[in-house]
Amino acid sequence: MDELGTADRQERFVSTAPAPGEAVAGEVRGDALLRVRDLRVVFRSRGRRDVHAVDGVSYDLAPGSTTGIVGESGSGKSVSSLAALGLLPKRGVEVSGTVEYDGRDLLALPDRDLRDLRGREIAMVFQDPMSSLNPVLTVGRQITEVLERHEGLKGEAGRARAVELLESVGIPDARRRLRAYPHQLSGGMRQRVMIAIALACRPRLLIADEPTTALDVTISAQILALLSELVKGSGTALVLITHDLGVVAGMCDTVHVMYSGRIVESAPRRELFARPRHPYTNGLLASVPRLDQERGQPLRPIPGSPSDVLPWAQGCAFAPRCTRQVPASLGAPPALLPLDSGDHLVRCCNPFPADGEPR
Amino acid sequence: MTGPGSATDPADVTRPGGLAGGTAAEVDLALPAEEGGGRGREVVRRLRRSPSAVLGLVLVGLFVLVGVFAPLLAPYSPTFVDLTDIRPGDFPGPSREHLLGVDNLGRDVFSRILYGARYSLVIGVVSVLIGASAGTVLGLLAGAFGGWVDGVVMRLVDIMLAVPSLLAAIGIAALLGRSLTSVMIAIGVVNVPIFARLLRGAMLSQRESDYALAATSLGVKRWRVTLQHVFPNSLAPVIVQGTLALATAIIDAAGLAFLGLGAQDPRIPEWGRMLADAQLYLASEPLLALWPGLAIMISVLGFYLFGEALREALDPKLRR
Repeated sequence: MDELGTADRQERFVSTAPAPGEAVAGEVRGDALLRVRDLRVVFRSRGRRDVHAVDGVSYDLAPGSTTGIVGESGSGKSVSSLAALGLLPKRGVEVSGTVEYDGRDLLALPDRDLRDLRGREIAMVFQDPMSSLNPVLTVGRQITEVLERHEGLKGEAGRARAVELLESVGIPDARRRLRAYPHQLSGGMRQRVMIAIALACRPRLLIADEPTTALDVTISAQILALLSELVKGSGTALVLITHDLGVVAGMCDTVHVMYSGRIVESAPRRELFARPRHPYTNGLLASVPRLDQERGQPLRPIPGSPSDVLPWAQGCAFAPRCTRQVPASLGAPPALLPLDSGDHLVRCCNPFPADGEPR
Repeated sequence: MTGPGSATDPADVTRPGGLAGGTAAEVDLALPAEEGGGRGREVVRRLRRSPSAVLGLVLVGLFVLVGVFAPLLAPYSPTFVDLTDIRPGDFPGPSREHLLGVDNLGRDVFSRILYGARYSLVIGVVSVLIGASAGTVLGLLAGAFGGWVDGVVMRLVDIMLAVPSLLAAIGIAALLGRSLTSVMIAIGVVNVPIFARLLRGAMLSQRESDYALAATSLGVKRWRVTLQHVFPNSLAPVIVQGTLALATAIIDAAGLAFLGLGAQDPRIPEWGRMLADAQLYLASEPLLALWPGLAIMISVLGFYLFGEALREALDPKLRR
């Protein structure tokens, strides 16, 4: 009956430090909004090998900051945020580490407290606005539900606030829209509604999990512009999970690149795009098609695909696909360590040199 | 886009075109062509486009109208006996006075068929209501609580499903005594596991849906996610099954009556019982068995066609 029982949670291995010998990505000295330490998520199912979806992730978030988490499908970027909010199914999933929010470890928090936090202090926007809204309830009901739950706003007060919210995300004729059903709205409109719902209680942290993947390019740009405007205005910290480097480049202060459940590179946005040091980040940037490229040039994908079974047990998980593989890559798994400038972290045995031509 | 490292401010040039604009934010706001009101209207629109749905609805409508207005439509009372032309072993066939002829007791077959619709309708509706409501409660319990509640309810349902439905209905009808009420209860009970299982399955899959996760991520309480989000979205298959179950209920009711487990009063014009009575004269008067058989077939066909069309209209996956 109890989906996210506390009993299982208390048995977990608690560590408040990053994995031994590792640095914390985007470390915040002073007051951090969120401190994630050595977060691990293992999916266990009978008859199959365990999948280490998130494998020792540590990062900090400053209040009001915007952080991008980039990686391909299966790199653990979504799972890590779902785990932090206790949204993963209990059965077959093992979560360890700490996620410290406001001095409290979210992973050890009783369900009741966590539910009070969700939506009020920490909210999420999901990938597919087509399926994230309940098709049988009106848009208005879905907004007022959250207002009722967390702010105690009922009846006309709730509706008035809902209208305000819809207007703030740029939906015209908002009062009439309250009575609309999700299927009567376009994808972009629905994502605006989702954002309005997520921001309804002015959360301090908004996690946007590929908020624009399901939308076409122009709408996607509008939604991102809206998100960035809203979080700036309200001082909400934003975690933007995406596989699109372009999205991150436009609006994030700090970028963490994930591969096979670990952060492989982390740096302030400009530093990362100007001097990618990890071959994977470099490969991601190189694979983006460019308009100034000569015609007829083939695209440059990263060959192969990630392995999901204990990828880091035999050295670097990226080694099989890496162009800069060295003997050390297949030895001990590399640690996430600072390079020359303290806030640029790389997990690589043979990173690109700082001044060299990255390609 | 310019590649990183080759421009002065690579971070800015890598952004996709158009991202910079806050002014572009009004572009997608045009509503898609208004599709009419809520979801219900869309379902109706789709039903109207399906020929089998229309045919099904016409047959069902006919059946219901006949059932409701039987006293007005029937030329005779179902118990009126006309012995003018009846001789042993030879009952008058269709004539101007008796459209479908008379049975062995000289009663007007047409009138009895019309009145029979009324009994089938009541038996069908009541038994499906019994089955659907009990099944929905059980399915809701199992789907909402999961865990051991789910285990207990579903094992119970499995046991019920393991017994062939007509056999179970015969058992229950025999147990409760032969009457219309026990037929309705028997058929209702037989339907319980079907509805329970269906609702539980739909709830389990809806529980994994994005909107349920989204609601949970916003702090909505679990019981509320279940009752307000998961449950209403799981009802579509139950509604479809309700229609299909009406068809089965009519057949089952006729079957029970045919076996002599239905209403005991010989005056009651029940289709299954008429079929059983006609069986004795099958060699000389085969038409006597044909009429109730046709009536059963047409009403069942109507519910099936309509149910299937409803299933398609309600299926979001088939939505264009």
